[in-house]
Amino acid sequence: MSAATDAPSAPTRGDRPEGRHGDPNRLGHGTVPISEQGPAPKRIVVAYGFWIFLLSDFVMFSGFFAAYAVLVGATAGGPTGADVFELPLVAAETVLLLLSSFACGLAGVATVQRSTRWFQVAMAATAVLGAGFLACELYEFTHLIGEGAGPGRSAFLSAFFALVGCHGVHVTIGLIWLTTMMAQVRAKGFRDDILRRIACFSLFWHALDIIWVALFTVVYLMGAGGA
Amino acid sequence: MSDEHSHVDDTRSAGQGHGHAAPGEQEADAKANVGKAVGIYATGLLLAGILTAASFWAAGSHAIFGPAVPAALIALAVAQMGVHLVFFLHITTGPDNTNNVLALAFGVLIVALVLVGSLWIMRHLDHNLMPMSSVMDMQR
Repeated sequence: MSAATDAPSAPTRGDRPEGRHGDPNRLGHGTVPISEQGPAPKRIVVAYGFWIFLLSDFVMFSGFFAAYAVLVGATAGGPTGADVFELPLVAAETVLLLLSSFACGLAGVATVQRSTRWFQVAMAATAVLGAGFLACELYEFTHLIGEGAGPGRSAFLSAFFALVGCHGVHVTIGLIWLTTMMAQVRAKGFRDDILRRIACFSLFWHALDIIWVALFTVVYLMGAGGA
Repeated sequence: MSDEHSHVDDTRSAGQGHGHAAPGEQEADAKANVGKAVGIYATGLLLAGILTAASFWAAGSHAIFGPAVPAALIALAVAQMGVHLVFFLHITTGPDNTNNVLALAFGVLIVALVLVGSLWIMRHLDHNLMPMSSVMDMQR
């Protein structure tokens, strides 16, 4: 343990000029060999574990994407993507989610600066923009079902609702998590465990935006093009 | 004791100590400088906005040769995902990010296998299967 905590403050060997500037990323790991540095800090272990979870979530989404891509032509005489997709609505959703991701990034900056007020403001903006995205998606879904183009109409629409709905469920869970984090920061402040949860949440929220990029490209833009 | 340990670790700034960076973590100089940290996100927002606009334009206009539009859209989407990874998730090519990048590479491999494998197999199945109408005819 003392090796782990002393490692960063240990003086670099010698007074060679490249000691600090020639090795800014500490590839030589200073004077302490890598086997003697102890476990990585919890902050890194937790975020890395959550990163692995997010990648497994991407793998799950790839299954939905594959199903959609296979079934996109199986319309059973029903509407095709070009018939039902409204690109202006999708553009609005994209802008809302992108701005939401940006606001989440600003909340991360406020967290690093330990500014509770700016954290709450940025998280509230993230929540409002995310809720706006969800509202657009709910409008689209109810509109489609009202037109008789629900998930039961064709295999294409089943795959569409499963894929886009799965993303929507993720955004809903993210919104619940987001409000929980606002409450936790309000009640407990920027404690170490709260900081780790905020870091995981921002990873989650940015990852959802990455999924949406794949989604609006593959589903909406390629579908509406009548390709 | 372990609590104290984690506290000491967590107050340490990024890029020091173990030579690792947590995914989503900014570099130390960006952490210290609010303007720079916000600037990184603003750059990402600008680039992502440009790529999104280009995607919607490419899908709607006839300036691009029709059959090439899907390829253009995929290229733009991959570029935008890259922008998100670098500017929002702070996954970089730096040596402190090796573990994160390796995990990402494995994830991309599996995603590619699932997507390409499904499409490939299902296309061949679809091609080799007899049309449903002729199956019905044979059963008469």
